[in-house]
Amino acid sequence: MIGESSSRQWNQFFVCWLIAVSATLGSLFFSEVMERVPCVLCWYQRIAMFPLAIIFTVGLLPLDVRCVRYALPFAVSGWALALYHCLIYLGFIPESLQPCTQGVSCADVQIELVGFVTIPLLSLLGFTFIIALLLAVRKGIKQ
Amino acid sequence: MKKPILVAGATIVMLGAFVVGKNIYKDQQADKVSQIAATDKDSPFNRQDAPMIGTIMAKVEIVEFFDPACEACRGFHPYVKSVLNAHRSQVRLSLRYATLHKGSDYVAQVLEAARMQGLDIYLASLEAVLEGQPVWAEHGRPQPELVWTLLTSTGLDIERARREMNDPRILARLKQDAADMVKLDVRKTPTLFINGKPLRDFSPEGLTSQVANEIRIAYKS
Repeated sequence: MIGESSSRQWNQFFVCWLIAVSATLGSLFFSEVMERVPCVLCWYQRIAMFPLAIIFTVGLLPLDVRCVRYALPFAVSGWALALYHCLIYLGFIPESLQPCTQGVSCADVQIELVGFVTIPLLSLLGFTFIIALLLAVRKGIKQ
Repeated sequence: MKKPILVAGATIVMLGAFVVGKNIYKDQQADKVSQIAATDKDSPFNRQDAPMIGTIMAKVEIVEFFDPACEACRGFHPYVKSVLNAHRSQVRLSLRYATLHKGSDYVAQVLEAARMQGLDIYLASLEAVLEGQPVWAEHGRPQPELVWTLLTSTGLDIERARREMNDPRILARLKQDAADMVKLDVRKTPTLFINGKPLRDFSPEGLTSQVANEIRIAYKS
């Protein structure tokens, strides 16, 4: 029974790890290969996402469920930043309240995949899935 | 324990996807550029009035977008020169100004004014400006007027250059380069093209081997 639940937890962490690593590599692809300069908000989201790739790697080998405690604050703060960024993209937050007027504008939509998928939206989705999985892991621990 | 293998395998797959994606993207960019080179009537690869170093007979042309204030351009310059020296009759260099830094448009104008006094003086001035870059191009506090002090031993007629640096032809030249940067999506300096193909691997070795390859293609008989 214990083996079964820990195996499920491992799988949940594994998916978190997959999301974090692919998000990390994806953002590096945009900046290093496609040479799009990350705006300030993108950097803040990277600060939340990059450590997750490392935390989940450590937490997976071998399984250490305590890493939920360390991963969740990163995921939640990244999620909040991504949401804020999406709202700027969509125009819900007005120009004058934007934090980045110099350098690269955070409101410039540089890349849109299949018409509407922007980088902040990908970020928001990534953080959302990671948070959902972490909450599921935590629920599993408590039971 | 199969889990470490799973993690390692997934890591390899994701890194592999990154590398494959990078190559696909670079191929696409190269295709776009060669499309411009082949079909554009006003091709950025055919600018007769840009500074040219080497013989017009050379069949391989390096186009280099550079910024006089850029450290990497300064650092890469010796390698470009050594490639030119190694293949004097086969390779020429066409220089373009990518004035991304504050103050470097002033220096580009000075260099173009030097070119009006002859190619030798231009080359000496280019060397002096790059050599003395730390003097005038400090980031955040550039002092482009200081380049004049670097040019005293180059044989440049400084009074004349000061008069001519705002010549409409010079301004038009710089404007053309800026427009070509947009057309070719040049975002960083130095950006090099060899016979209309982007330099794939930005390193001295990458330059040497890609130039050698273009020479092979151009001179095969």
